[in-house]
Amino acid sequence: MTVKITVNGRAEAVEAELDTPLLWVIRDELGLTGTKFGCGVAQCGACTVFVNGQPRRSCVTPIGTIPDADITTIEGVSDKVAKAVQAAWTEIDVPQCGYCQSGQIMSAIALLSEIDKPSDRDIDLAMNGNVCRCCTYHRIRAAIHDASKRMEG
Amino acid sequence: MLHYLEQDLKSGTPASRTLIENVSRRSFLGGALTVSGFVMAINVAPAGAREALKSYPTGAAGMPHGVITDPKIFIAISDKGDVTIVTHRSEMGTGIRTSLPLVVADEMEADWTRVKIDQAPGDEPKYGNQDTDGSRSMRHFIQPMRQCGAAMRQMLEAAAAAKWNCDIGQCKAQLHEVVNTESGEKLGYGELAQAAMSLPVPALETLKFKSQDEFRYMRKGEAKIYDLHDITTGKAIYGADIRLPGMKYAVMARPPVVGGKIKSVNSEATKKVPGVEGVFEFAGPDAPPYKFAPVGGVAVVANSTFAALKGREALEVEWDHGANAVYDTETYTKAMYETAKKPGKVIRNQGDVDKAFAEAKDTFVGEYHQAHMAQAPMEPLVAVARIVDGKVEVWAPVQSPFGARKDIAEALKIPIENVTVHVTLLGGGFGRKSKWDWMIEAVHISQKIGGAPVKLQWSREDDIQHSFYHTTSVERIEMAIDAKGKVTGWRHRSVAPSIVSTFAPDSGYQFNIEYGMGFADMPFEIANVRCENGEAKAHARIGWFRSVSNLPRAFAVQSAVAELAHKLGRDPKDMLLELLGSDRVIDPKAAGFPEDFWNYGEPYPEFPINVARLKGVVNLAAEKAGWGKTLPAGEGLGIAVHRAFASYVAMVVHVKIDKDGTIRVPEVTAAVDCGFYVNPERIRSQMEGAAVMGMSAAAYSAITFKGGAVEQSNYADFQVATMANFPQKVSVHIVEPKEGHHAGGIGEPGVPPFAPAFANAIFAASGQRLRSMPMGDKIKV
Ligand code: FES
Ligand code: FES
Repeated sequence: MTVKITVNGRAEAVEAELDTPLLWVIRDELGLTGTKFGCGVAQCGACTVFVNGQPRRSCVTPIGTIPDADITTIEGVSDKVAKAVQAAWTEIDVPQCGYCQSGQIMSAIALLSEIDKPSDRDIDLAMNGNVCRCCTYHRIRAAIHDASKRMEG
Repeated sequence: MLHYLEQDLKSGTPASRTLIENVSRRSFLGGALTVSGFVMAINVAPAGAREALKSYPTGAAGMPHGVITDPKIFIAISDKGDVTIVTHRSEMGTGIRTSLPLVVADEMEADWTRVKIDQAPGDEPKYGNQDTDGSRSMRHFIQPMRQCGAAMRQMLEAAAAAKWNCDIGQCKAQLHEVVNTESGEKLGYGELAQAAMSLPVPALETLKFKSQDEFRYMRKGEAKIYDLHDITTGKAIYGADIRLPGMKYAVMARPPVVGGKIKSVNSEATKKVPGVEGVFEFAGPDAPPYKFAPVGGVAVVANSTFAALKGREALEVEWDHGANAVYDTETYTKAMYETAKKPGKVIRNQGDVDKAFAEAKDTFVGEYHQAHMAQAPMEPLVAVARIVDGKVEVWAPVQSPFGARKDIAEALKIPIENVTVHVTLLGGGFGRKSKWDWMIEAVHISQKIGGAPVKLQWSREDDIQHSFYHTTSVERIEMAIDAKGKVTGWRHRSVAPSIVSTFAPDSGYQFNIEYGMGFADMPFEIANVRCENGEAKAHARIGWFRSVSNLPRAFAVQSAVAELAHKLGRDPKDMLLELLGSDRVIDPKAAGFPEDFWNYGEPYPEFPINVARLKGVVNLAAEKAGWGKTLPAGEGLGIAVHRAFASYVAMVVHVKIDKDGTIRVPEVTAAVDCGFYVNPERIRSQMEGAAVMGMSAAAYSAITFKGGAVEQSNYADFQVATMANFPQKVSVHIVEPKEGHHAGGIGEPGVPPFAPAFANAIFAASGQRLRSMPMGDKIKV
């Protein structure tokens, strides 16, 4: 089947079975490897992307359920919130191995797009679906606060 | 780890005492094929050194291929002045890919912003040991990297002296250029590159090292990790991100019980799945020990990962589970407790323990248990392999690329020269990626499809169910107490299936490496000590997990101390300090340590057990945490200390219990003495991570077996700490190193003290003593 989607502003016509998770379309078909596979069952958040502006676990999002969707991956984020988040991540040296961080950053952007001044509790609630086995949670939280401040300026 | 094991099994001599000969392979310079590596025993002092670095021997000399100190192997300078530094250790999150090149850059006075880092493929004869494991990278390579940097600096200065035709004494390398101190003239590194690189490498004896006040990057903690930008923009390349033209995708179905075999396969439905191109059967190894051999199974090759996964789902495989089907966690755990009640094989004996117990006024007994765990790094195992004209090429996130290369060559019965192993970034490792079974699988699959490139992807379920597991254990501690409340006897019985079983016929007993991790090296000043090992045969592949046996040992020993304090009505920190006793360096002989005592592979005189350093971190952590302060009801502090990988870490954990019994950790205060350190920023990040991973182990993570198969499958049932409940704050205090306190490990030593400090804090907060890991994150209220 051919499914039309827009990825990072580019129109794509992908050949795929309709039950193919968006994750594998992005990675295998489109060659965008910033979105990661961690669990395949919506338990780790490594595969988080935006589908029509909303954060989604791409590993459990069949491509057939999102025809004509507008998709943004880590490679395509560029708005003010995203820039603030990436700058904060850099300033605070968040990553260790880095593997989970695409997903963390996507979730953080989603959070800050909703709530521009999140509390610790807001952060924990919004981010607790994103596992980091290197356990960078302290810095993730600090970086989200830092990004929030950057967004003011 | 593996290396030590092999060496021990072969020779029966402790690896740590084997120093390699001073072998110079360097005779010529200049020819393209000249090997100018200089394998050395690093206990040679640089006699001519004006500055700081007093060379000392490390366990690196006992590792395969030791160290290489040739700057021409590790450093290249372009005509434009761009410096490329090769890193030969694998990056799995510790920051080593940044920190070791930083050492080189500092010593050679390079401008860090002009440094590029190149990842070496698996080639130990060229680069020295690459087994990124055992918290060894900084411990073993800080000296060789300083030597490379210093030699290159001196070569640049010599090249400048030749150009200016002046005395080398007036040529001073300074931030990417050499300055003529008389004339003020300057030459950039680019301008000097060719001339410098063609000079002979100065002998070690003539190297002048920077003194500490001359450091530009070391110990400053200001350099960001090298891959930071790529990681935050999704450009960093991990194993699964390798894409080759024409690449196929594969997954495998493996026997659920280790040692199991295929009885029958029906792949009809699989072959009908769109995209599936082939189904291949692989026999596993015939009999244990399995080492790192793939366990066998059925591979599904397809034109996408998803098609391969769907194809695997459609497979009908009948397995013959084999002998390990008896493995049942519940029964096995009970048996371990029973075994621990009985005398075992004596590993350490000091004084007369039986007499101490016979004469004791009172005794203490504590039994501590830990479940198996999987490493479960965020990046599941993955490898890309292809075979062209009999030459194998593999890309993988592997901790030990040369070990993998050797075994791949052996598996295919081809010369090692025909195998190349490229190292990508590792999405975590924690010990799992120092076993390369999955890489051999990938190569075998490529072989089946005519050498075509193939990416073998493990799912999370594969990862959880086919790991080399952290052992499960019962540690039983008994203390004899005299009329004055002094501990006069210590008996520790350890029962756990051993790593050895993965590599050699299973005797049911552990080996010196496991004994050396918080068991035989117990540092308390107690007159009568006996450590015994009870039999426990393995029914799963036992491997190693960040900090290995230190985890259950620190949990047992440090919990027992707090329990004793409670029994005697003492303060737990004071009790701990009292047991540690006088400031001293432990004499292994006098303390009755085993003959083949394993000191993390390090020569004991250089890396001894220094009780003053243990006490130092206890006091520092206690002071910073405000030990003794009054806390509201339902809150408490717990303390623990542990030496591992030649570093000392104490932690104070602050626990707060919610009304519903949920255990929260508002703060962890860590004090770390890792000797000479380079990158404090990454030490902090390792300690933060260790505290949270410590909480995963302490509260959440368990692998259990039923019918020989793992019962867990993904993060839903193999739980790890998330932002729903994790230590809210980790403050890290790094001890300034004293003269002669060499760089110790940092990747692992932070993990062990967490669990006991956590348990001790739970007790302080609630009066409930938890002795079995994982303890859960809720107590009964
Ligand atoms: S891979 Fe999608 S949530 Fe884990
Ligand atoms: S940084 Fe390694 S998993 Fe998060």
